[in-house]
Amino acid sequence: MTEYGFFIDPSRCIGCKSCENACAECETHRGYPMIQVDFIDRANSIATVPTVCMHCENPTCAQVCPADAIKKTEDGVVQSSLKPRCVACSNCVVGCPFGVPKMMSSIDQMMKCDMCYDRTSAGKRPMCATVCPSQALAFVPIEQIKRERKLTPTNVFRFGNQEVKTKVFMMVPETVDEISIDVVDYIWERGADHEAIA
Amino acid sequence: MAKPPLPIEKLTELYGPHLDYEPPGGWQDESRNPAQKLVKTHCCFCGQQCGIQLKVRDNQVIGFEPWEDFPFNKGMLCPKGVKRYMQSNHSDRLLNPLMRSDDGFKTSNWEEALDFIARRIKEIQEKYGKDSVAVYGGASLTTEKSYLLGKFARVAVGTRHIDYNGRLCMVSAGTAYKLAFGVDRSPNPWEDIPKADVIMIAGSNTAECSPITTDYIWRMKDNGGRLIVVDPRMTPISRNNDLYLPVRPGTDVILYMSILHVILRDNLQKSDFIEAHTTGFDDVAESVKQYTPEFAADITGVPPQAIEKAAHWLGEAKAAMIMHARGVEHQSKGVENCSALINICLATGNIGREGAGCVMITGQGNGQGGREHGQKCDQLPGQRSIDDEEGRKHVASVWKVEPDAIPRAGYSAMEIMGALHSGEIKALVSICFNPMVSLPHVQFTKEALEKAEFVCVIDPFMSETAHFADVVLPGSLQEEDEGVVANVEGRVLHIQKCVDPPGEARVDWTIICDLARRLGQNERFEYGASREIFDELRQASKGGVADYYGITYEKIDKHMGIPWPCPTLDHPGTPRLFESGKFFHKDGKARFVLTPYRESGDPVDNDFPVYLTTGRVVSQYLSGTQTRRIGALVDMYPEPKLEIHPRLAKSHGIADGDWVHVTTRRGDATFQAMVVKTIRPDTVFVPYHWAGPKSINQLTHRTIDPRSKIPEYKVSACRIEKGQAPAWSSKKGAAK
Repeated sequence: MTEYGFFIDPSRCIGCKSCENACAECETHRGYPMIQVDFIDRANSIATVPTVCMHCENPTCAQVCPADAIKKTEDGVVQSSLKPRCVACSNCVVGCPFGVPKMMSSIDQMMKCDMCYDRTSAGKRPMCATVCPSQALAFVPIEQIKRERKLTPTNVFRFGNQEVKTKVFMMVPETVDEISIDVVDYIWERGADHEAIA
Repeated sequence: MAKPPLPIEKLTELYGPHLDYEPPGGWQDESRNPAQKLVKTHCCFCGQQCGIQLKVRDNQVIGFEPWEDFPFNKGMLCPKGVKRYMQSNHSDRLLNPLMRSDDGFKTSNWEEALDFIARRIKEIQEKYGKDSVAVYGGASLTTEKSYLLGKFARVAVGTRHIDYNGRLCMVSAGTAYKLAFGVDRSPNPWEDIPKADVIMIAGSNTAECSPITTDYIWRMKDNGGRLIVVDPRMTPISRNNDLYLPVRPGTDVILYMSILHVILRDNLQKSDFIEAHTTGFDDVAESVKQYTPEFAADITGVPPQAIEKAAHWLGEAKAAMIMHARGVEHQSKGVENCSALINICLATGNIGREGAGCVMITGQGNGQGGREHGQKCDQLPGQRSIDDEEGRKHVASVWKVEPDAIPRAGYSAMEIMGALHSGEIKALVSICFNPMVSLPHVQFTKEALEKAEFVCVIDPFMSETAHFADVVLPGSLQEEDEGVVANVEGRVLHIQKCVDPPGEARVDWTIICDLARRLGQNERFEYGASREIFDELRQASKGGVADYYGITYEKIDKHMGIPWPCPTLDHPGTPRLFESGKFFHKDGKARFVLTPYRESGDPVDNDFPVYLTTGRVVSQYLSGTQTRRIGALVDMYPEPKLEIHPRLAKSHGIADGDWVHVTTRRGDATFQAMVVKTIRPDTVFVPYHWAGPKSINQLTHRTIDPRSKIPEYKVSACRIEKGQAPAWSSKKGAAK
């Protein structure tokens, strides 16, 4: 069986929030998205980025949980906190290096993305990656993403001394150039300095 | 006179827009009462017409499921698509015919309402003549309804004045394509996009207005292609561009003539192609001689080096595509802008090949199909000119009338509103059109509607235009009827009926037929099902440019869409036009068309020194009649903001979040500032989906392109100053 991977490419994101709206259609948390899209710095750029659970191999959220309420499935999907165990302390919310878990104060339970376990276990793609119109979120065989995309997948992240390996991949460029994001830098004004666009 | 029977605030309280957030039965209901069926159909909220499956239970749409096998979008959807199911069962839905009384709209019944409408149409026509009644249609209607409406206006009402809201969408492109190619359709299938070496996106906020096209563009980039974006704003599609051309509003045509200038100067044109397949090249070549990059740079604000680069990329590419939308089309020289882009493609031989072409990104749900079969004021079914004598004979034979009984060309949408204002037209029957939000210069539209002696509006919801109606008829939503649409590629798709209209609401075409009968047309409007209208449409289109004769519902289902023309039942359809270098003009050749520059109809000057341009946001669809009622979509972008560059903001003492008072030659309004570096510092932008004091169309102007008759939404002149918070700023949308 072909192994599918979950890939995030923020550079493709158009900020449309289709993923948020589709995530909120899930039966287990209908009305509440487990993914979010943010402008990075709207004053300076139209760039947006989706944040979705990275499903760490050794999840920080589970490590810092005093009630041992956060479990990982055999196939590496990190689940929402177990309701009978969760003490709603929010350690996981603070501890996650990616800023993913949400404390649902109305039910005193941490909820997070479970990579649409209901869908993926039935051979479907996760909802966000299915609807994403720019395929900034993609659920495809890893061979396919390597073949079709310019960027390359990585799943190793360093936060200070902590190295985190994840089930979800981030698409990254091999080299990153500095990019100007002010319209003024692209405009022609007679007499002005135009070195930036030359 | 057609005036709202109650204050607008009261009408809004009664009929919305109210915000609905939860599906029928609430968020958790589906786990107890699952859907009974999944219906494969299409999203109604733009010209991409993405495939989607709607969940249906007990005659209600309760959710959606992606349709991953549908080839065009493969399950992808934008937020409007994800939430489109929330329009069904909406608490604002009109459930009965309504008639205006002294103290509001009173609930009526179909007999009374239809009898009254027919009587008023007859009275007004007897008094003022046949053409005193106008019909407005819309490009969200299925092609069957659009066809029927054209026949209804010309045969049953007998007026020459029928036009539709596609007049506000892509008619400039349509006119330019007919001039150049003899046909109004994007020539390329979308699968060509990833195969292009260079793509220039000209005046299209692609990522917000046709979101799933983004993936096609990014795939082109992944394949090594280069992206040029032309826009006064950096929109999300520009985040991966290789070259950004920040054109000054209204100067586009000079930029494109300058690009052609460089192509010809540096001998990058495909002379063999030009010689064999086109006419008019020499005149156009002569016309661009003066447009050096340096000359163009001063006018357009695009650096000469960038113009040179764009020209070389387009001229040297093996396969290049130019994609354009409302940014170039919504101008008083919208046709010239499109023609200038087509000229570049023709000169470089980028047409009729894989990955090479000039394509328009049609915006409205059935923007393509809705304009092909007769609700345009100057066309008959099959995209035939209304003055084509052979075409008139053919259509007359299908309609079982004399050719002379078919009226000649009438007024366009803007001209109809103008004629209501001047008193030449006295009555309006409008379906699927909300001119109080979508037409420029709202005050003019309001005055025109108030002068009307009779207004009938057919819509599923109480639109802002319906406030002015004598009779409001509860029509149907897309999911309540079967029919076809044509998407952005000219691919004809099958819309499935999912549910019946609720309450006393009715399927639109049955309303139109019942009205036709009351106007004395019995046998010509006898249909038992949409399919019968489609079969008549196929006959009527036969032999025309948009030939649908070979298309059937079953054939569409089998192939997941059939691109027209499709003249015979065994014809597979035509995904890519002009492959043999043969165009639709009689001589088979494409035309280069001259594109002289002229100033905007609302030029900037010392009193109004700033450009105002308008457009859309990803979470709203057109005039918002449907999408301003869907809570999740409204929350994404609740009210219009004014985008302004920090340089311009600073010179007026405006900070992010401040209120900005904007004045044009028509009027003034106040919007909250979004201070961003992603817009030219001589331009402000406000999206248009809102009504009343939030409507930017209070400020836009009624200048139209002389040929396409499209208004110039993209270029107005304004002045700005720091303002006070308006009364509406404290009121959020009301949940019911």
